[in-house]
Amino acid sequence: MAKIKSLDELRRIKTSASDLTAARSSNAVKVIVGMGTCGIAAGAREVMDAVLKEIDKRGLKDVSVQTTGCIGMCQEEPLLDVIYPNKGRITYGRVTPEDVPRIVSEHVVNGRIVEDLVIARVDD
Amino acid sequence: MYRAHVLVCGGTGCTSSGSHGVMDGLKSELKKQNLDDEILVVQTGCHGMCEMGPIVVVYPEGTFYCRVSKDDVPELVEEHLLKGRTVERLLYTGEGDVHVPHYSEIPFYSKQERVALGNCGYIDADKIEEYIARDGYEALGKVLTSMTPEDVVEEMKTSGLRGRGGGGFPTGLKWSFCAKSPGPKKYVICNADEGDPGAFMDRSILEGDPHSIIEGMMIGAYAMGADEGYIYCRAEYPLAIKRLKRAIDQAEEYGLLGENVLGTDFSFSLHVKEGAGAFVCGEETALMGSIEGRRGMPRPRPPFPAVSGLWGKPTNINNVETWANVPSIIRRSGAWFASMGTEKSKGTKVFALTGKVKHTGLVEVPMGITLREIIFDIGGGILGDKKFKAVQIGGPSGGCLTEDHLDLPVSYEDLAKAGAIMGSGGMVVMDEDNCMVDVAKFFLEFTQRESCGKCVPCREGTKQMLLLLKKICDGDGTMEDLAQLEELAHMVKDMSLCGLGQTAPNPVLTTLRYFRHEYEAHIKDRSCPAGACQALIRYRIDQDKCKKCGLCAKNCPVNCIDGDRKTQFVIDEDACVRCGTCYDKCPFDAILKL
Repeated sequence: MAKIKSLDELRRIKTSASDLTAARSSNAVKVIVGMGTCGIAAGAREVMDAVLKEIDKRGLKDVSVQTTGCIGMCQEEPLLDVIYPNKGRITYGRVTPEDVPRIVSEHVVNGRIVEDLVIARVDD
Repeated sequence: MYRAHVLVCGGTGCTSSGSHGVMDGLKSELKKQNLDDEILVVQTGCHGMCEMGPIVVVYPEGTFYCRVSKDDVPELVEEHLLKGRTVERLLYTGEGDVHVPHYSEIPFYSKQERVALGNCGYIDADKIEEYIARDGYEALGKVLTSMTPEDVVEEMKTSGLRGRGGGGFPTGLKWSFCAKSPGPKKYVICNADEGDPGAFMDRSILEGDPHSIIEGMMIGAYAMGADEGYIYCRAEYPLAIKRLKRAIDQAEEYGLLGENVLGTDFSFSLHVKEGAGAFVCGEETALMGSIEGRRGMPRPRPPFPAVSGLWGKPTNINNVETWANVPSIIRRSGAWFASMGTEKSKGTKVFALTGKVKHTGLVEVPMGITLREIIFDIGGGILGDKKFKAVQIGGPSGGCLTEDHLDLPVSYEDLAKAGAIMGSGGMVVMDEDNCMVDVAKFFLEFTQRESCGKCVPCREGTKQMLLLLKKICDGDGTMEDLAQLEELAHMVKDMSLCGLGQTAPNPVLTTLRYFRHEYEAHIKDRSCPAGACQALIRYRIDQDKCKKCGLCAKNCPVNCIDGDRKTQFVIDEDACVRCGTCYDKCPFDAILKL
């Protein structure tokens, strides 16, 4: 590894290293994928893969991705929830991997809800 | 991008309860489920709650699992990591059998304030990048680029930090002495020779956050004009030594340690010296002798190390916890640190809570917190809901405090006034079954054995004191013995060469002060009120409660219990060796301890 020759270089390493521990902080936008048996059968794993890939591609640091079990809306699976700070919890239904880039760019990055995919919302 | 991080404790406590197996199991199970690209497994340092280990924390939720075994791993992966469902049975169980899923809600942690332990249990100690991600080496960069050495010393003075190794000397003042000493060659030393029975806070910091010590020492070296340092760590801490050496290698590879650090003209080299584990080597002058290759024995001061230390050069020695606090103080300011604690005892202190308390482990609390809060709120109270009797603070050199002191704020001054010391922070809780004479004997046995023998008061004095204590515990003591014990204790305290001898009588003096009636009971009534001193207890069988099952007779190792199912069972008191086996084995509580 290259020698760090200044404080600025140290800070650059800090920025690139911050995702090492970012998942351990809780002030992030949360993306939650339903991974009950119903979710997995409907293709939630592929959705999850797409979410991780998209976050990686965009280099997003302050996003946490979680899984959750069945919440009873099995017919709408795969379910994907986004909790944006102070904007309540939005549930998207029948999400395909192709929908993921749109949800991430619109909602996760810019805080704009992708209305045509929303099936439920819980306000703060 | 990892969506979840699974932190497995790799401290010595959890390692011995099987955390390595859990870690390996997790890795292979994640691979099997194709989750190894999504979920990161991290081995961290100690979380402090050692008796609940192995501990596993899952982020981002911060779910806290305890007593996880290798067999629990498949369920944990399938349920939590794949399906997002918490595995209830592995959660911490609090008051009223309620599961507590989150770290921050567990009473053990909620009253704590973690500074020195801030990264312990949170980062992978083997990855310098994780330390850097948590603002690591930022403070070093700050002092090298924007502060003069005098500024750094002033900031340390402002913080009010006092030596956490036991002495409690103001750190900034100590640094200023060494900084003012003339000479081109100076040393800084980290005293990691932690040897108090029941103390393990230094070990946990070394294992869980080694870079904080390296960074702290470098900041100190810059402030005092030193270019070389030693970490003196006892060889009984192999994991700590391994992690330290790896941390030093990584810091060197990054150029954070060595020549021209961060492009400045500050250079520093650091060595680890393994000590053979003699208690006296925690004394700074003995420690330096040991580094120089001599037998570890103290020498009179002055000259103080700040003037003439290692190889005759000006030297500054601080303990692990002291150094670990330095980066945070520089980064967040001395005033921030001074905002915690009491008027003269600033900041936080790490305690190793052990003995008859429900939650043993490491706790870091703001100074000024009461003993009651530490023992009952954080520690959960006394094991088996027995009655609290005393707490021994400060290791073998500390003192025993009583129930009357439970509301005492923990600070250097208040503890000293009560006859105890902060010491390194060992805290041993005792209940009604502990005999205080026996406790004093236990600690004196330790210091007597560890005395280096250089000065007469410590070598001969502690030996004579121990003989007197044994005599009293055996029921052969007289009131003259008690007077002589007290006189000797004062003499050893006043006349010994170093801190070991000067503090060795503390357990005796404090128990004499607060539990004199127990000493007198041993002498006058020939009885041990706590029922702990073997020579003074008698076992007898309560014939009303006895169901004549014969378990006692069957288990007695010296066959001194006679009888059969038709007649009575009786203990032959002359032949009895008072081992207590019958007392422990009787299912009907029919054995009386007199």
